[in-house]
Amino acid sequence: MRQHQFETAHATEWQEFEAFLENPEKSPFAAEEMPSRYRRICQTLALAADRQYSPELVDRLNRLALRGHHALYRNRRRQSQRVLEYLLAGFPALVRAEWRLVAAAALLFFGPLLCLIAVLQSYPEFAHYILEPGQIASFHEMYDPANRRLGTRGADSSLMMFGFYIWNNICIGFQTFAGGLLFGVGSIWFLGANGVIIGAVAGYLTHVGYTQTFWSFVAGHSSPELLAIVISGAAGLRLGMALIAPGNMSRRAALVAAAKPAVRLMYGAAVMFLAAAFVEAFWSPLTEVDFQIKIIVGISGWAIFLLYFLLAGRGRAAS
Amino acid sequence: MLDTTRRVATPEGIELTLRLAGPVPRALAWSVDLLLRIAVVFVVMMAVGPLGRTGTGIVLITAFFVEWLLPAWFETRWNGQTPGKRAFGIAVLNDDGTPVRWPAALTRNLLRAADFLPFFYGVGLVAMLCNRDFKRLGDLAAGTVVVYQAEKPAPRVFPEASPVAPPFPLSLEEQRAVLELAERASTLTRERLEELAELPEPLVGTLDGSRAAARLIGMANHIAGSGK
Repeated sequence: MRQHQFETAHATEWQEFEAFLENPEKSPFAAEEMPSRYRRICQTLALAADRQYSPELVDRLNRLALRGHHALYRNRRRQSQRVLEYLLAGFPALVRAEWRLVAAAALLFFGPLLCLIAVLQSYPEFAHYILEPGQIASFHEMYDPANRRLGTRGADSSLMMFGFYIWNNICIGFQTFAGGLLFGVGSIWFLGANGVIIGAVAGYLTHVGYTQTFWSFVAGHSSPELLAIVISGAAGLRLGMALIAPGNMSRRAALVAAAKPAVRLMYGAAVMFLAAAFVEAFWSPLTEVDFQIKIIVGISGWAIFLLYFLLAGRGRAAS
Repeated sequence: MLDTTRRVATPEGIELTLRLAGPVPRALAWSVDLLLRIAVVFVVMMAVGPLGRTGTGIVLITAFFVEWLLPAWFETRWNGQTPGKRAFGIAVLNDDGTPVRWPAALTRNLLRAADFLPFFYGVGLVAMLCNRDFKRLGDLAAGTVVVYQAEKPAPRVFPEASPVAPPFPLSLEEQRAVLELAERASTLTRERLEELAELPEPLVGTLDGSRAAARLIGMANHIAGSGK
C-alpha cells in the first residue's frame, strides 16, 4: 500500500482519535471504544514505521500514540476512600512491617533525648553546652508559671502558632526524611540533633522547676509529634539502606523500590505532624485545664498511638 | 539518534520516543515556579495583613502548602506540568512514559530538600550530570523523568527543487537525516553544506560538493512529497 492510500484509509480514524484527546467529553465515539481505538493507532504506527513512510507521518502517529498512552494509563480511582483506608489499616501495618528501621530511628532519637533529661537533673550546667543563653531566656519566658498561655510569648495568637508549627515541624520531618538520600547520614543527624535539643530543653526546664508548666504544655502533642519524627527518620533510613545495602538489585533499582514504602510512611507522618500542630496550638497552651487532666490526656495519647501501631489493620493485612 | 532521547516500549508493543529535558530548561522552569510561589505568598500576606498575628499563621500555612504540596498537585493534575514547566514546554513522566501519580509526584517534591543541598541544588545538578536521563535524586527515587512535551512540530521548510528518488529505499533514520540537512541548508555556510553533502557516498556517489548538495535537497523534496 502506498503512503497516500494508507493516509486516506485512516484519516477519519486519526481525526476522531485526535478529537477524543482534545476533549473526551465531546468525543465522536463512546469512551469504551477508546482502548481498542488506541490499539489500532499503535498498530498503524508500527506499520508506518516498518514501511518507512515519511518521517512526518510517523511523528504524527507517534504523537497520537503517546497522548493516547497518557490518556489510557491515567489513574481515575477515587482517592478519598483510599486515604481513610490507609490511615485506618495500611499505615500501622507498614510501620509494623518496617519495625527494625522504626526501632533504630526511635533509638537514635529517644536515646539522646532521655539521656539528656536524666543527665541534666544532676549536672544542669551541661545545658549551656547545647543551648545558647538567648534560647534559654526565651524558654524561661515561654514556660514561666505566671504566663497566661503556655509555650508562647506575649501576644502570639493560636492560629499564628498553628501556622508556625506546621511550617517548622513538618519541614523538620521532611528534612529528616530527605536526609536519608545521603546514605542515611542526614536522617541520623536530624534524629540525633532533634533528640539532643528536645532532651536538653526538657531536662533543663524540669531542673529549674518549671515542671508543671512545661510538662502540661508538651504532654498533649508529644505522642504524635515525637512519633512522627521517628517515622520520618525511619523512612529516611529506608532510602539510606537501599543505597548502602541494595541486595541483589542495582542501587538505582533498590532506591526506586525503597522510595515507595518510604513515601507511604511519610504520608502517615505528615498527618501525625498536622494533628500534633493542631493540638500544640489549640490545646497545649491552655492554662484553664488542670495539670492532672493534661498529663492524663498526654498519657492516653501515647497509649492510643502505641495500640494503633501494634494492632490497627491486623485483620485486613491477614485477609 | 541524539543521546537525549529515550525510547520506551509500551505494553502494546510499540516504542514511544521521549525527549529528555536538561538542567537549563528545568532550572528556568523552577525559577518561574519560585517567582509564582513567592507571588502567591505575597498576595496572601497583603490580604491577611490587617489580621496581625493570626494573619502570620495563615501566611505560614499557605507557605507550607505552596512549597511542598502545590507542585505535586500540579504535576498530578496538569499532565506532569507545574506552571513553570508549562511555560517551558516540559513535563514530568514516570520512567515507563505514563503520567505521574501522587506517590511519584510527592516523592520527587519531598526529596527536593536533599537535592537542594549543600546550596542551590548542588547535589541535584551533580546527580543530573551523572546519569544519562538528567535525573536529580528525587527523580531517581521516584522513578520519573522530565521530558519535552510532544508538541506539534513546525512544518519543515527547505529549498524547493525537483524531486530526485533515492537510488534505494532509505530507513526512517536516514530519511530524517536527509530532511534535516535540507532544512538547515539555508543556515549553513556553503562550504560546510558541501562538505556534509559529500559524506553519504551511497547516495551521492562521487559528485562534487555543490552537485551533491543539490541532489540531497532533491531527495529531501522527494521524501517530503512522497505522502502527497
